[in-house]
Amino acid sequence: MPFSIYLNVAVGGVLTGLVYGLMALGLSVIFGVVRVVNFAHGEMMTVAMYIAITLFAAFQLDPLVMLVPIAAVLFVFGYALQKGLINAFITRPEHTQFLLLVAIATILVNVLLIVFGPDARSVQVSYAFDSFEIGPLIVDATKLYAALAAVAVTALLFAFFQYTALGTAIRACADNYTGALVVGLDVKHLYALTFGLGAACVGAAGVMLVLIADVTPAIGPAYTLLAFVIVITGGLGSMPGALLGGVLIGLTEAMAGLLFTPSAKSMFAFAILVLVLLFRPQGILGKRPA
Amino acid sequence: MIARLFEGLPPRALILLAVLFAAALAAPLIASDYLLTVLILIFYFAYLGQAWNIMMGFAGQLSLGHALYVGLGAYVTASLFVFFGVAPWIGLLAAVPIAGLAGAFIGFLAFRFRVGGVYFAILTIAVAEFARLGFDHLSWTNGSAGLFLPVKQYASNDLWTLRGHPVMFYYLLLAASIFALVVCRALLKSRIGYFWLAIREDEQAARAAGIDTFHYKMLAVVISAAMTSFAGVLYAFYYNNLFPEQVFHISRSIEIILAPIVGGVGTLFGPILGAFILTGLAETLTTALAAAGIDMPGAKQVFYGVCLLLVIVALPDGVWPWLKARLGLKETQP
Repeated sequence: MPFSIYLNVAVGGVLTGLVYGLMALGLSVIFGVVRVVNFAHGEMMTVAMYIAITLFAAFQLDPLVMLVPIAAVLFVFGYALQKGLINAFITRPEHTQFLLLVAIATILVNVLLIVFGPDARSVQVSYAFDSFEIGPLIVDATKLYAALAAVAVTALLFAFFQYTALGTAIRACADNYTGALVVGLDVKHLYALTFGLGAACVGAAGVMLVLIADVTPAIGPAYTLLAFVIVITGGLGSMPGALLGGVLIGLTEAMAGLLFTPSAKSMFAFAILVLVLLFRPQGILGKRPA
Repeated sequence: MIARLFEGLPPRALILLAVLFAAALAAPLIASDYLLTVLILIFYFAYLGQAWNIMMGFAGQLSLGHALYVGLGAYVTASLFVFFGVAPWIGLLAAVPIAGLAGAFIGFLAFRFRVGGVYFAILTIAVAEFARLGFDHLSWTNGSAGLFLPVKQYASNDLWTLRGHPVMFYYLLLAASIFALVVCRALLKSRIGYFWLAIREDEQAARAAGIDTFHYKMLAVVISAAMTSFAGVLYAFYYNNLFPEQVFHISRSIEIILAPIVGGVGTLFGPILGAFILTGLAETLTTALAAAGIDMPGAKQVFYGVCLLLVIVALPDGVWPWLKARLGLKETQP
């Protein structure tokens, strides 16, 4: 095989990886602040993917245009979920939280199954087969747009946490729960906001992913797992880590699909996870828990 | 030793146990074929829940990858039987140590590096998923095409090669469940059990008190994995077909842990009660939806999810601790 094939596949992997990174960022933000592992993460993303597909099928609305409205819908969903159900569970044992989110995931998957049926769906935008040629490199337009949007959303989120009062307040909750209560922060409200933001991230990622991948109702758990692998590889709670982990896993899967068989590509992602857990349990960019 | 097992149990509990035991023994005499398959499922999950509970309920290590041990037990005995004609009871001698080693591998990786909590749970998922994809590409066990055990009409039950009617599997699973219950009770009453509880409650304190936490956590994983693999053997010989996509899948691991969580993590009767509630609920929903003429894939699971949600919101400690207090079965402390 000529070298340019490897290069093309690698670039495709990195671009897909950036979208994965945004999805994982949602999980990371939720865990970093609320300390609840969102086992319904991939399922929430499939909800966003189906909203995008329905809007496209009915009104020909381009997924990239619908990015912000759909992310907003997911934000409201996440906020309500945290406020209504999960807030009561934050002090309960991990396995209880796990079961709660598994129940939510089960409901989401099967409601999608009832509404949309088991068949795979996708979006055929007018630029689906466009590509850019840069020297020997051929880059798919959809992957490039999706990756750019993912980077933009990540930058916005980063700026929000770093430079706004609300973002600082949320970081305070993450650093010291009791301290945040003492200085009079409404922690439950901030937790709900954070879960909403995490849901919005994964919603945005889902909207972009419909451009590059098919969706079925049953695909949710696989994405939940993928998000875990990425987040732990990059470092739970680290925002750049999630993006880096996404790129690393996206690249690994793309290369494994090329060099071995595509059906075994996830094995390499899991192997990376095991290696990371072994030699750097806090993740590549994570900080050691005190 | 035997007397210690019953220590502190109120008479009411002993009578209840005896009645339940008699009912379980007599059940196949009156149960229809359909009901028998439901009971088989119930005791399958009761046994598995009990095995999982050793890790989570006693030693406090959350495993979300128990399908790995079920799958290893199933694949090792089934392939030995299909390709070499080795009887499952002999195959067990290979399957149980292999599953135990897999558990030891995960435990060693995790506990050496102080990987705990969520990280440990995800490591267990990752290894199980790795095994699923690995077996999918393993030509020796026919990969994703599946491994099939020879089936024909059996005139009698052959206990040695596990070929026969569902009734045989019912009694085997009943015996396994009772065995697991007794083993767990004995473990809890032993020194090991007290060390596990200490680790579960506060690992730092346990270590400070001089408990070799690494050793006892390893013990919990290995015992749990070895016990779980036996359920895999029965699974393989009862269903007669194995697909990596089904046996090792994450949803199998989740199924395993639902019963003990709903019943009550860390309790001895929780896994059994949970299995009755969940399997009973699932079957009732199937029947009710069929009677109502609703033929909608996914409808049953939505109801199931809602029920799960209600249980966990209303009784976060599980149903058994609540029921136990209602029935007046509180144990007296020695």
